[in-house]
Formats: sequence, structure tokens, C-alpha cells
Amino acid sequence: MTDVQDRPTTRRIPAPSQNLESKPFWDAAKEGRFLIKRCKACGEPHWYPRTICPFCHSSDTVWEESKGEGVIYTFSVMRRNTPVPYGIGYVTLDEGVSLLTNFVDCDLDSLKIGRRVKLKWTPTGDNDPPGFTFTTA
Amino acid sequence: MSIKGKAYVAGVWEHPLRDIPHLSTAQVHAECAKGALEDAGLSFDDVDAYFCAGDAPGFGALSMADYMGLKLKHTDSTETGGSSYIVHAGHAAEAIAAGKCKVALITLAGRPNGSRSGLGDASSRQERFRMAPQGGGGGGINEVPEAGFENIWGGTTHNTYGMCAMRHMHQYGTTSEQLAWIKVAASHHAQWNEHAMLREVVTVEDVLASPMIADPLHRMDCCVISDGGGAVVMVAPEIARSLKRPLVKVIGHGEAPKGPAGGRNLDLTYSGAVWSGPPAFAEAGIKPSDIKYASIYDSFTITVLMQIEDLGFCEKGQGGKFVADGNLISGVGKLPFNTDGGGLCNNHPTNRGGITKVIEAVRQARGEAHPKVQVPNCDLVIAHGTGGSLGTRHGAGTLIMERE
Repeated sequence: MTDVQDRPTTRRIPAPSQNLESKPFWDAAKEGRFLIKRCKACGEPHWYPRTICPFCHSSDTVWEESKGEGVIYTFSVMRRNTPVPYGIGYVTLDEGVSLLTNFVDCDLDSLKIGRRVKLKWTPTGDNDPPGFTFTTA
Repeated sequence: MSIKGKAYVAGVWEHPLRDIPHLSTAQVHAECAKGALEDAGLSFDDVDAYFCAGDAPGFGALSMADYMGLKLKHTDSTETGGSSYIVHAGHAAEAIAAGKCKVALITLAGRPNGSRSGLGDASSRQERFRMAPQGGGGGGINEVPEAGFENIWGGTTHNTYGMCAMRHMHQYGTTSEQLAWIKVAASHHAQWNEHAMLREVVTVEDVLASPMIADPLHRMDCCVISDGGGAVVMVAPEIARSLKRPLVKVIGHGEAPKGPAGGRNLDLTYSGAVWSGPPAFAEAGIKPSDIKYASIYDSFTITVLMQIEDLGFCEKGQGGKFVADGNLISGVGKLPFNTDGGGLCNNHPTNRGGITKVIEAVRQARGEAHPKVQVPNCDLVIAHGTGGSLGTRHGAGTLIMERE
């Protein structure tokens, strides 16, 4: 797989689409703060962030800053029909929720289920929020 | 109320072309409709219900219904991606059983290889590979709730299904060799289908030697991309008995969506079939081991393996052993599947394989499959699919049919 190692491992990440419900997440992202949502009624965190808890359906949900650390639940490396091979996968945060992301600034052939990873923001555009990408810890 | 025996599949038709640059998409829908109605011995004037999904051009079912000159009592444009048409067949049976309609037409058609207008310019490869969510609903892409959090990662069908395969291998020890057997079985069937895109019989070694597309899926783990379409006509029992076709009735149906569900206890090793299958089998009053032939959605080899496990054809995690050594090959193994060659070898019209799953299951139940792959005494068949993405959110649909 040396053909992958010899090339850059970061694909260009487009600016995320936003709406009124998701804007607080992306505003915080611009400041380098990574937020998840937690429900005060049932105590459970969830992902992606919603106003209404998807588990107990309480509206008493609050933003909570996450360290952005966790383990790879699963992944795939896209090797064809792309100018740059890239790693996509789910990370299970230490808080217990799993999110879809890209793996950046790491050897894509070193990705492994269970491997610890940490958040590393990747810019998307001058005035746009960064993407919540992950790299190997 | 059960739908068991309340509706029959009277007509099916699959478009013979795999590359259609010269027709409009609406025209392909209408050709499929005409073919299925002629197969049933019915006409457009008999149709009083119409079912279509997101591949139909226009506003829900309204544009195509008007294009085809239909006079309707019932429409349904349920969208669950490629499995939509299996779900439609269940919904049509429900509507017929409830007395809301008597002749239900279901169509699928699309031309990812051709242009949208039929003027011959090829669409971009990027468009062909684009993954749901499409964002066509109210408010556009910004109002699709998961879009900003998921759409920016370059998710394609290949790598999101690849993620499922990767986790399945990790959790259950499933191997690339076992997945390859699914493609091998499909190729054994496709050699007899004159319309199939890929008719060459391949080996496990061929699959493993094909280029890696998205780990751990090789090119031959992936289905084809094709233009095409198909249609199904479902009718009330008294109409079925008045026609000259074999009597194939719906005896069970189930459907269920599955998604990441708030990110808690994420498990990509099973599909919505764990919820759509049991009610379908219960309604039919049969067990998976009673099934003589199975149409199983095969967008990728891993799709087949997971669904076979989830429908109960084997224990969870044992799918790899189950599909190996030709167990899915008609005349060889215990569970003949996709005897038209399926999406892996025959076609995958506009990236949606649900209707061809129903069509081949009906051919088998009628005894009208190719003689080389026809299952003897094939009185109980299943058509099952998942649409959308197994790696994010998908809709499962299960349809069990019996020949009288």
C-alpha cells in the first residue's frame, strides 16, 4: 500500500451545511470548542445534536464540551474514484456516542478498529467552520 | 388485518437494456409499466393505484401518473432507496386487502449512465456515486438534520458498506474469501442471463485479485452501475383468477428503518432485516428454512451476508460459513439466490435493485426463470432488500410470496 503512503492523506472537506438547530455547534467549532448534546432528563448524551432527546424525548437537552477522544469503531479507506485516498469511519467517543468522521494526518494503513484517536479540526474554508476530523492518538 | 393471500402479483417486466442514453426517464418508466401490464393481460385503463419512489421524475407520484394517463384511487411514493419497490409491494397488498384499489402498478426506472434529459450527454461520475441524503425534501439540504454532520466526510456507498464489512470481519471473523463466494454464486447464475452486464463466471481468486475500492471491499464485491427499470402489477384475488398467469400471492410483508439512532450502542453488523423479517415470516406462517428461493439485495457482497443472517437463514455471525462453497448457487447449495445474476452481475437500475428482486422471485415462483437456474417446485419465495446506506440509515423491506 505504499502508493497510499506516498500521497497526502487529507481530502478537502467541504463547508458543512447548517440550520438553526445545528448553528450553535458550528459557531463553537469556529472557536475550537467541540460540543455534544446531553439530555438532563435521562442523562444520556447523543449524536448528532438534537433539541429533543432521541431516547427519552425530553426537550431539556444541553450542550456539553467534549475532549474529542475515543476509539475507532469501524473504518474504510476509499482508494478509487478519488484524487486522494481518505479514511472514513465511526469514532466512539469516551462519552459513549459514535460519530462519522474522517481520519487525517496519519498513516491510513495504520487505522485499526479499537485504536485510540483524538479530535483534530480541519479547515473547510476561510469563513466556514472546521470539520471535526480525528487523528491517531 | 393480515395481507396473507389478499393480493397477487399478476405482472412483472424487467427492461432489457442496461445503457439507455436515447430515452427519457419517464419513457423508461412507462415502457416498464406497459411490459408488466401486458405480462398480466391488463391495460393502463385497469390500473387504479400507482406506486413509485425517488427515481420517478416529477412531484411524488403525480407527474408519472399524469404522464401515463392513469385514473387513480390510491398513490404511494414511499422512499426507502433501493428497497422502495419491495416496500411498495407490501403497501400495495395492504391497499388491495383494505379494498382501496384492485390493480396496483409499481415502476422503477433511471439512467445514471445517461443524462437526465435523454439527450445523450453522460452524467458526471460524481453524480453517479452520490450518497443519500439527497436533501430533496422541504427546506433543501440545510434542513436535512444529519447533513452537516455526515455529508462532509466523503461517504459513498462503497466506503459506508465497507465500514460494515470491516466491523463484521472484526466481530465475527468473516473473511474476504467468504464474501467473494457471494459474487461467485451470482456469476454462476448470470452466465445464463442474456441481458446481464457481467456473464463471465468468476472464482474466489478473481474477486480477491480485483482492485481494492474501499477497504475491505474489492471491485468484484460491488454491484454494477446500470440504466434500466422494471415494473410489477399487483391485483385483487378475483382479478388474478380471471387472468391467464400462474397465481403468485403475497403471504407476508415486513418493513423497518434503521439508523445510527442517536449514536448510542452503534452496531453496523446487523440491518433492519432483524425487524422486517420476523413479522413477514409470522404473517406467512412459515420459517426461513421453508423458503425455496431468495432474492436478496446485493448492492455489495456484505449486504447479502448481513441480510441472510438477519432474516434467520443462519445464526448471526455465521453468514460467512453459510455463503461459502457455493451454498447460494442454484442446483448446488441450500439457498439459491439472485438467479438473474442480481445487482452484482445482471443490473442495478439507477442504483436501486429492489424491483428486480421482486421480479426474479416471481419468475422463480411461476417456474419461468431460466431453465439452468430454475429451482424445482419453487412454491415459496422471498424478496428482501435494504435501501439507503447500511453504514448510516437504511430501510429494510421483506416480501414473502407463494405460488398456488
